[in-house]
Amino acid sequence: MTRRRRWTAALVALSLVFAASCGSDDSSDEAGGGGGTGDGDSDLTIGFLYVGPKDDFGYNQAAYEGSLAVEAAFPEATILQAENVPETAEAEAAMQDMIDRGADIIFATSFGHLEFAANMAEQNPDVVFLHQGGLVGDDVLDNLGTYFGTVYEPVYTAGVAAGMATETDKLGYVYAFPIPQTLANINAFQLGAASVNPDVETIAISTGSWCDPGTQATATQSLLDQGVDVITQHQDCTKTIIEATEAAGAMSVGYHFDASELAPEGWLTGSEWDWDDLFVQIVQTIVDGDFVGSEFNGDFRVGLQTGDNPFVQSPFGPLVDADTQALIEEIEAGFIDGGSPFAGPVLDQDGEIVWADGEQPTYDEVETMDFFVIGVIGRTD
Amino acid sequence: MNVEAVLAGAVAGGTSILYPTLGEVISERAGVINLGTEGSMLAGALTAYAVGIQTGNPWAGVVAGMVAGSLLSLVHAFMVLTRGANQIAVGLVVTFLGLGLTALFGQDFVGRGVVALREFPIPGLSSLPFVGRVLFSHDVLTYLSLVAAVVLWFMVFRTRTGMKLRAAGERPDVLHTFGMSPTVVRYAAVLCGGALAGLGGAQLSTAFTLNWSEGMTVGRGFVAVGLVIFAAWNPLKAIFGAYLFSGAIALQLQLQAEGSDISRYLLQALPYLAVIVVLAILSRRRANAAPEALSRVFEHST
Repeated sequence: MTRRRRWTAALVALSLVFAASCGSDDSSDEAGGGGGTGDGDSDLTIGFLYVGPKDDFGYNQAAYEGSLAVEAAFPEATILQAENVPETAEAEAAMQDMIDRGADIIFATSFGHLEFAANMAEQNPDVVFLHQGGLVGDDVLDNLGTYFGTVYEPVYTAGVAAGMATETDKLGYVYAFPIPQTLANINAFQLGAASVNPDVETIAISTGSWCDPGTQATATQSLLDQGVDVITQHQDCTKTIIEATEAAGAMSVGYHFDASELAPEGWLTGSEWDWDDLFVQIVQTIVDGDFVGSEFNGDFRVGLQTGDNPFVQSPFGPLVDADTQALIEEIEAGFIDGGSPFAGPVLDQDGEIVWADGEQPTYDEVETMDFFVIGVIGRTD
Repeated sequence: MNVEAVLAGAVAGGTSILYPTLGEVISERAGVINLGTEGSMLAGALTAYAVGIQTGNPWAGVVAGMVAGSLLSLVHAFMVLTRGANQIAVGLVVTFLGLGLTALFGQDFVGRGVVALREFPIPGLSSLPFVGRVLFSHDVLTYLSLVAAVVLWFMVFRTRTGMKLRAAGERPDVLHTFGMSPTVVRYAAVLCGGALAGLGGAQLSTAFTLNWSEGMTVGRGFVAVGLVIFAAWNPLKAIFGAYLFSGAIALQLQLQAEGSDISRYLLQALPYLAVIVVLAILSRRRANAAPEALSRVFEHST
């Protein structure tokens, strides 16, 4: 009996160790001291937390690549990585682990990591915490900040490409949850498409998951059945939808990474993250001792209006002609000059005016968006 | 409401649930509950995807996926049948083992081009109105899943092998009396169940979604274990269980696509609500259909 029990215990323990080690893969990565090229702070330790695997061809991989840019820019710094950190108290444990290993700066890169990063910031005043995508408001701790790009700008211009390309005037959007960021994307896509094609509508379908390929496959088919001929998405794993769209002879707009290889015929364009410069800029500010009171010590948002948007347009596919590309460049120039995808008049699904002609929402207003614009088919609740 | 599209979606999405449900029916018929089904599905999904890419042959991938699912269920069988460990606890651990191992070994295959089992519309039949799209425009594994359900039904209820299987689950002592080992029968049943779960995973990754990503089964293996009760441990009824679940998913997505006024949250709960409601209605009758040995400790499993 005892032997039997010991065997069971051993296997259970082994499995748990396996599951745990794969589930949250901590790996420290000592950068070799290049000597002279860095900033000279050999004690600098920077931790990065990801909600998913660092090689998901999407959101997490983009942030991971940003961490590599930091590593390259600060060769003497120690970079700590933690993948698959859930949006629970486990995130605090992962951050504590990094602090125990000497972390001076921690990037918590998932939306749901915010409250845990804020808690840890309060308990560890000597460590600077950066959160990707959250909002902390005006009354912010000296060692906390959030950052994000204006994702909806390249999504708007992708909508322009979709609005020009569609023949059925029906676009499809597969998304996970109606969080403000996603709603802003869907709205920007529809507004972009409608700016060149007044008859166009966007059908928005929620899968209730950031990555459930089986449901994605069925959702894509449902959209195709409605006569949709351009499909885009806000999902963490993107391949299933693009494959199914391409196989059906419809057109794809990507999100998170350039998937043009998967859709050689129907690829229009997409939008993807390029964090490198911003991450390096943030770390440099901290290393220089200028963080407190800087633009990064709060809710830092950057778009074409205020600088270089870290969310960029993917390469165009063969179906996007030169005229459309020129038009998109013109629209981007407008954003740089102070325009916005949400420049009024913007109407909601009921036809009520949200932003009147001449009005334009602030970054904060966009990030608390809770409605669909007119022309979107779907419910936010 | 496009009924044809919903039913076609039910069949397309139901295959990856039907296989593990059939596998669990076999396993439980022999008296072993295997909550490691989810893990076996993931093992099958990744292995089929990876071997398909390495060999260039999707069918080699499918076979490898079955072997992988089966190997993982061997862990369950060994712990439960030879070591006498608690089958619920071991099953869960096996699922987590499958999740962890596939996440680890699957990293290199995320986003990789797949060697797909493409749709194979059956000539003639697929052009029939309605049923052509619903039943005859899928991948080969989908057709085979229906054949498998019928064959397994025949095996369980009409053959000597099936009698031994059921005896292992109902009255293991009787098998003993006839000089047969219930343990051997149970090993075979659990391995067969793991292979079918692996096959379901293989269909999910290489035929239905053409994708590998970590944890991509998202609970389908657990749903399959629940559907076994719905199916009253009967392979033919498993078809309806699997299609009810996938049909509810297809229905809610179709309603969203049509711009339905029903709350999104309610629509997403639909597949689970459907199964719970049906179980609530049928539960008493179903409870009587459960193999006796499922509720017992394995005294005779030597």
